[in-house]
Amino acid sequence: MGVLIKVGMADLKTAKSPDVLTTLGLGSCIGIALWDPTTKIGGLAHVMLPDSTKIRNNNNIAKFADTGITELVRQMEELGVSRRRLVAKIAGGARMFEVASSTSVGNIGEKNAIASKQKLKELGIPILAEDTGLNYGRTVELNCENGDYVIKAVGKPVKTI
Amino acid sequence: MGKFSFDNVNSMYMDVLKELGNIGAGNATTAIASMLNLTIDMKVPKVELKAVEDLGGAICPEEETIVGIFLEVQHDISGSMMFLMRLDSAHYLVDRLMGGMGGFSEDETMFSEMELSAMKEIGNIIAGSYLSALSTMTNLVITPSIPYISVDMAAAILSVPAIQFGQFGDNALLIETEFGDDVMIEGYFILLPDEDSYDKILQSLGILV
Repeated sequence: MGVLIKVGMADLKTAKSPDVLTTLGLGSCIGIALWDPTTKIGGLAHVMLPDSTKIRNNNNIAKFADTGITELVRQMEELGVSRRRLVAKIAGGARMFEVASSTSVGNIGEKNAIASKQKLKELGIPILAEDTGLNYGRTVELNCENGDYVIKAVGKPVKTI
Repeated sequence: MGKFSFDNVNSMYMDVLKELGNIGAGNATTAIASMLNLTIDMKVPKVELKAVEDLGGAICPEEETIVGIFLEVQHDISGSMMFLMRLDSAHYLVDRLMGGMGGFSEDETMFSEMELSAMKEIGNIIAGSYLSALSTMTNLVITPSIPYISVDMAAAILSVPAIQFGQFGDNALLIETEFGDDVMIEGYFILLPDEDSYDKILQSLGILV
């Protein structure tokens, strides 16, 4: 295994095999992992909100699903990745508290997941697997060597998608 | 749109918010003390502005399991509030509340139904007394919802307030309180009034015209 590179909240990073990209404790946020099987270059974005156009204060593009994914793809293309080869896996978007899903706290995770999938579809990037929703936090690791997306949660077995 | 934003908090606002935090936490501590029949010392609460991105690791390492109690508030102001504790503090409080009947299970991250419900009650009392202090000071009617609880990774629980604050700014307000008798309990409050509600609070205190 290569270096473990940490991606913070509202942050995005790229890496190359054999390195591993990780983000800790995704709650209602989404971890979008992009990977190119040919160059073995990966990218991970930890986005907090679905739509940058709905928010006044939107300078940090990594904070939003729409601008975050676009920027991640741009950075990967700069490294020589072809968009046509990219595949995606997503995780997170939990409802951490059993609040009514009609409230903004109750449905933000779901909105994040929908917005992420929408953006990936728009960019023509297929989603190979997802582990979203439910009510628990997730730590994720993208292995740039093989595109494995490992998901860890409290009191649950480790899962690879 | 609100006039208030955490991105341009001046020192006077900070003082007011600190004082609100102080009185609220003081009230909450007294409530806990009388519930547990304890003489409790408390330290002056620390009020900190944190960048939203750093909130996940603000209390402890991101992956450490903590307890988060979440309540929605409504009426004159709307929004939500959270009370957070690390596991050892949560176990200690629950154990005291249940008169030593809580018992420690093998896995520290596990709580029985009974313990979870005791913890919700603690959350209820802490949040309720905090809000009633806020209500008395501001003359605003503030009512909390039932408490919701989550025992999970710190960053995952804190993503909830981070997202709420993140919708209208880059900073979040974290209030740290410490109280106890022989064992000190550390707890954290996060108040999440909707943007307009901050204006209402500050206006009712005569800070904002």
